[in-house]
Amino acid sequence: MLVFEQILNGLQLGVMLFLMSAGLTLVFGIMRVINLAHGSFYMIGAYVAATVTARTGSFLLGVAAALPAAALTGMLVEFLILRRLYHRDHLDQVLATFGLIFFFNELIRMIWGRSPLFMEVPTRLAGSVELFGGLQYPVYRLAIILVGILVALFLYLLFSRTRLGMRIRAGATNREMIGALGVNIPLLYTLIFGLGTLLAGLAGVMAGPLFAVEAGMGDSVLILTFVVIVIGGIGSVRGAFIGAVLVGLVDTLARAFLPELFRLLLASPSSADRMGAALASMSVYIFMALVLSVKPAGLFPARE
Amino acid sequence: MKRFFVFFSALCLVLAALPAMAVQPVKIGMITTLSTKAGYLGEEIRDGFQLAIDMENGRLGGIPVKLLVGDDGRKPENGRRLAERFIQKDHVKILTGLVFSNVAMAVVPKVVRQGIFVISPNAGPSRLAGKGCNKNYFNVSWQTDNLSEVIGQYATEQGYRNVFIIAPNYIAGKDNVAGFKRYYKGKVAGELYTTLGQADYAAEIAALRSAAPDAVYFFLPGGMGINFLKQYAQSGLSRDIPLMGPAATDERLLHAVGAAALGVINSSQWCVDFHTPANERFVTAFIKKYGRTPTLFASQGYDAARLIGSALAAVKGDMSRTDDFRRALEKADFTSVRGTFRFGPNHFPIQDFYVRRVMAAKDGGYTNRMLKKVFNDHIDAYVGQCKM
Repeated sequence: MLVFEQILNGLQLGVMLFLMSAGLTLVFGIMRVINLAHGSFYMIGAYVAATVTARTGSFLLGVAAALPAAALTGMLVEFLILRRLYHRDHLDQVLATFGLIFFFNELIRMIWGRSPLFMEVPTRLAGSVELFGGLQYPVYRLAIILVGILVALFLYLLFSRTRLGMRIRAGATNREMIGALGVNIPLLYTLIFGLGTLLAGLAGVMAGPLFAVEAGMGDSVLILTFVVIVIGGIGSVRGAFIGAVLVGLVDTLARAFLPELFRLLLASPSSADRMGAALASMSVYIFMALVLSVKPAGLFPARE
Repeated sequence: MKRFFVFFSALCLVLAALPAMAVQPVKIGMITTLSTKAGYLGEEIRDGFQLAIDMENGRLGGIPVKLLVGDDGRKPENGRRLAERFIQKDHVKILTGLVFSNVAMAVVPKVVRQGIFVISPNAGPSRLAGKGCNKNYFNVSWQTDNLSEVIGQYATEQGYRNVFIIAPNYIAGKDNVAGFKRYYKGKVAGELYTTLGQADYAAEIAALRSAAPDAVYFFLPGGMGINFLKQYAQSGLSRDIPLMGPAATDERLLHAVGAAALGVINSSQWCVDFHTPANERFVTAFIKKYGRTPTLFASQGYDAARLIGSALAAVKGDMSRTDDFRRALEKADFTSVRGTFRFGPNHFPIQDFYVRRVMAAKDGGYTNRMLKKVFNDHIDAYVGQCKM
């Protein structure tokens, strides 16, 4: 029963990571920009949602305000800053977007102050439900899993069934060619970036009631997000989904069961706890190293 | 050569005469953490300190002072650089503000050897209380382990036999757990060390549920605590298994956590509802000036300023009387907002400790209410190692 609950927890963490990494992998894969500031849009989503929800009392209005806010800020950043960096070295992009992290963190502190914001689970999703076998599970976490799966489905349909999706896929494979075929590349890039930051904003909204809404909240998620897209294969949304779920599961299960495993193996419980904790926090990176040693380009590389 | 000698002596005379001629206020250098996620701690300390100055119209103990504030960003090297700037450029003789132990360890041992006074409003690492204590270092808050010792003692008094422990896997986390275990006499139901800065606690909470403990000791400062409290409340466990932690739910945190923190037990040397004239004056003035309820960190900043004021008054603002200034600090001749306050032989406070419980406030928010006193005249475990 505990194992099943932990698997659900892992799935839920994975789905959150997927919302973050889908946008990042698109931007990285198609525009070839390393966007370290992706976590900032997650933070913007959470802050706007928390503010609007607190003012109006409606979580849905909060979502409705947060998604455009994240998408529009993203498109503005793309238009004003990233556009100038496409032809520059990756190091320049890293520097510029790393600077953006500080900019956004400080901007948030100037607007909202240093205290973390309050955001509650919407009343309809509060509490927990009994799944089979007496397992109590928070409704809100189930809702996150559902939203993540819906988004994955939406992205799948977008890419496989629409013209925009076809262009995005084509752009990931060969951007010179689709440029030559008359596709408006700058517009396409702005749209992709906006879509990516919208998804990051959505992840931020979903995270608000679970996590602390505070300046810099996106930075810690960002590291795991990069692990996900490297495992999944850069530029592949399918890879991001599989990678995110795998990373979520590995992280959660390692945190849940490694300490106990070490207690069985080692005589001293306190050193077992410390070893278990240390190894659990490394587990995702070890997993990444294992995947890369077998498939150096990730599980589903966008281009061979 | 002779001319140079004359010039040099003249220069020395001028320099020696400078402090006597100066009518400038006494400068106090505040090295604190204002940026990063933990920035609100420094903000609270600074605001509490500044309030004490404002309430005396720019003076402390009747002596005009000037507060210089620098942000260390929680980084030891920034703290060291700020200390150098304050000491060399601004000729500061008093430093304060330190929030984090790692910054304190980079700053304090070096500057106290140069005869600079450090009045710490928060950071109290074990080394500075024990082997590394110094006559010029004073702490007005607590030694890091203290607040966890209070929780340990409380758990023992409550008769908890089976407590679950959760803390981040880093030095302060382990120190706090050690402090808890020093006074907790029951069994440990499970012990989990998490990654520093972890956001998701679903796995830990599930493990906790299956261990079925009497109570949970958690040390998860700042945003980690917010994450954990929100998720713990959603898991439905807060109804059955009480949470307790050191200073775990300050008023800023409560603002972000809301109802999810109801009932959490936390330890402190101060509580906003202490009915002493000094505390009521402080709380009223703080709310009036900043429009929010002060935290224990603000009370520590305020007390640090008032302690410095008492010593400045004793030497009439003459910072060249270092021995008199130190003796005045040791006397701690000021009315602390926490009630009785005196220094032990290692310059850490000997004070009472309390546990507080989170309750709904009258204005619709949440606040800490005093629950019971746990320790009388308590000092830290390292005082015996201090040879001053």
